[in-house]
Parts: sequence; structure tokens; C-alpha cells
Amino acid sequence: MERGGAAPDRVYFDYAGFAPVDPRVLAVMRPFLEAGIGNPSAPHSLGSEARESLEAARAKVARLVGGSGTGVIFTSGATEANNLAIRGVAMRAGAGARHVITSAVEHISVLNACRDLEKTGAAVTVLPVDGEGRVSPDEVRRALRPETTFVSIGAACTEIGTMQPLTDIARITRAAGVPLHVDGVGALGRMPFAAAAMGFDLVTVSSNDLYGPPGAGALWVRPGLKISPQILGGGQEGGYRSGTENLPALVGLGVAAELMRAEAAHGEPTRLAALRDHLVDTVLASLPECRLTGSRLGRLPHHVSLVLRGAKADSVLLDLDLCGVAASSGSACAQRTGTPSHVLRAIGCAPQEMEGSLCFTMGRWSTMAEVDAVIERLPPIVARLRSLALPAQR
Amino acid sequence: MTAESKVLIPDKEIDCIGLFCPMPIVKTREAIQEMRTGELLAMLSDDPASDADMRSWCQGTGHELEEVTREGGVFRFLVRKTR
Repeated sequence: MERGGAAPDRVYFDYAGFAPVDPRVLAVMRPFLEAGIGNPSAPHSLGSEARESLEAARAKVARLVGGSGTGVIFTSGATEANNLAIRGVAMRAGAGARHVITSAVEHISVLNACRDLEKTGAAVTVLPVDGEGRVSPDEVRRALRPETTFVSIGAACTEIGTMQPLTDIARITRAAGVPLHVDGVGALGRMPFAAAAMGFDLVTVSSNDLYGPPGAGALWVRPGLKISPQILGGGQEGGYRSGTENLPALVGLGVAAELMRAEAAHGEPTRLAALRDHLVDTVLASLPECRLTGSRLGRLPHHVSLVLRGAKADSVLLDLDLCGVAASSGSACAQRTGTPSHVLRAIGCAPQEMEGSLCFTMGRWSTMAEVDAVIERLPPIVARLRSLALPAQR
Repeated sequence: MTAESKVLIPDKEIDCIGLFCPMPIVKTREAIQEMRTGELLAMLSDDPASDADMRSWCQGTGHELEEVTREGGVFRFLVRKTR
């Protein structure tokens, strides 16, 4: 593993916010933007070529998810895929969803889609999580009712990195005959994932999460499970998502999925976990009144999330940026509203901690030299901000 | 609705019906920023989470949540700008 070397001027540790698109992905996308190979529904030979490319991308995404290619519905991203899963299953369920189950640490696109069902009369059970953000399979079992329409639990919480016990949860939903939707963002290619074998029914995929282009994603649906389309039109994507496919982006997503799968097989998650552990161990040892949020062991390999007392995240992030380090507070929604994130509230963070939430997410081009740069730059920034804070704010 | 609530006349009203978190709070925050201290904002929302979100936001910002009513699925929040 790369160690030492000159300190990098710029450190990008906000991969969960936006991942750079892999140049190999861009290279494959380029002809689709430049050579007229665009519409898979077109009757000419270029249309035929586009269809073949689209189906090849579909197969690649399916291989990463661990399910059959016929189940892949391409979308504009993970948010649309989450909406299609939740609203699609609910609308298909006769008189509509009567009861749905999700957790308190899901992505806002999952929670808001469930709240929308609540407005139309569905009961929504939002499962609590433990102090590390983990959903208890027993809680899922207890929450199930005869009229439960689906369960939606993300593979991992992208704000605090905790991976969920999906195998146990899927065993329960399978036995009950209730579809399980899994938001795979953050987890695909970074943790063991085999949708069909593990008993998942719907899986959300984000292209950019895999170093593919933004504005693309997919929903994998277990063959045999029927959903209602949410975007109506000319019947693209088997009628489940109309609108001419964004072929350049979807071809890019396919290549990105294939690269992610190959990298996972060659130890990339282990390399990232070593970076993560070095960052966590060193920062916690050098920064007083700072702790890791989420699970220490059962967490995404590229993910570090911290809360610290006596310094506000906004100020720390600004100072880090001035020092060349791009990181985040973990929740864009919380930043917009000025309120604590729903995830930090769910895991029981103290109010003084919630203002100091930091999130460092690494990726394919992250190095140990970059981790060392953060380790060197973060503590003095926090110490300075703490020294400026009024005693009551500490 | 209480007798007292009938005398509360908002200086401004925003309609957030159909929107979900974080937008009702984002729009409330923007509206409050444009108002004068002491003025009253009415915000309408049918997001089931907006009750808890508004209480939390008012508690955090110090603005006074004077009244919450609900008719059908629509909440009406009256928030007084305090600073």
C-alpha cells in the first residue's frame, strides 16, 4: 500500500456526495455521444447497435447486483429507483399499500416516498435503530402484519456507514412472503451482495456510486414480482419506465458496474478498509471529545463518520476546505434546514454532538498519503475552533 | 381550533402542500429570513413528518411556534419570528 510521499495539495474525501467518473467509463461512453448511436428503439442499424449496448449494460448491472438481467429497469438515478420500488409495489397492491415498514435511518427518498403513501391511508412503521444505526431483524419480524405490503431497508446507512443485517432480515421477509426492497447505494461492490441468493426482491442502484456518470441508475426487480410503472409513455424498459433511455449514461453505468465487480474481487474493499481504519484510529487517538458514529466493525469500507463536541461542522469543513480537504457533514438535507439530521437523531446523538458531524468518504483514487494529510490538518483546525468558542458552546 | 387562535392573523402565508422534508422547513426558513422580528408566518403542509420537523426547527432556532392546527391531512403552523 502506498505510504508517505509528498503531502497532497488537494484531498477529495466526499465520494459519497459525488464520485469522480472513472476515465475508463468515460472512454466507453464517448462514442455513444459522438457517433449517433443513441436510441435503442430506432429501426435502423444504429438503433440495433444501441439496443445491443443497452442489453449488455443491463447484464453487467445484473451481475453486480447478483440477479437476472431481465429484472433490471434503468432509471435516472437512485432516487427514482427508490420511488419506483416503493410506489410501484404499493400501487400494484390492489387497493394500495395498507402497511409498509422502513427504518429511521433510510435515505430521504425512501422516507418521503413512504410518507406519501401515509397520506393516502397506509400505515407506516418506521423502525428504530440501535446506537450504531443498526436495524434489528427481530424488530422487523415484530412489525410485520398480515396486510404489510413491503419492507424497505437500505443495505447500509450512507450517513454513518453502518451495514444492515440483510441476510437475517431477508430470511424473515421471505418466510412472511413480503417483498423486501434494498437500497444498495454505498454497499454494491463494497460488501457481499447477491440479491437473488440472499432473498431480496428489489434493489436500488446508483451509477455515480459506482464511479459511473450521474443521472443514471437502476432498479432490479426479482422476476415474477410485478410493480406499477411510475413514468408512463412509449413503453421503454419493458413498460416499467417510459422515456427514451439515456444510452451514453447507461452504457457508462454498465461499465462502471463491471469495474466495481472486478475490483471487489481483487481486494479494493480491503484496501479502502485499511485507509478507513488508519484514519479512524489516528483521529480518535489525537482528538479529544470526538467519537465515531455508526458501527466500528460492521461498516462500509470507505466510510468514516465522526461527531465532535465544541466545534461546529460548518466551520470545520470550511477550514478543511481552505486547507485543501473536501469532506462533508453527511447530510445535505440537514445543511439546508439548519436542523440535526434524522440519522443522528435516530442513533441518539447528544445535541452538542450533532452540530459537529463530519463525514469522510474515500474511493478508488484515495491514498494513504491523503489520509495522512487529513490526520495532520484536522486536529489543529478543531483545536483552534474550540479555543474560539464561548465556554457555553463547548 | 381555540378562540384565541382566531385572533392570530399571519403577516405572511406560504403553501408547502405536496412538498416533503426538507422543503417545508427550507421554505419556512427562507420566509422567516425575509420577515421582521415579531411578525407571524403561517405555513401549510401535508407532509406527515412536518409536525415533528417544525417543532424541532422552532426549538433549535428559537422562533416561537404559536399554534399548530390540522384539518384533514393539512397542518397549519403559526410561527412568530423572535429575532
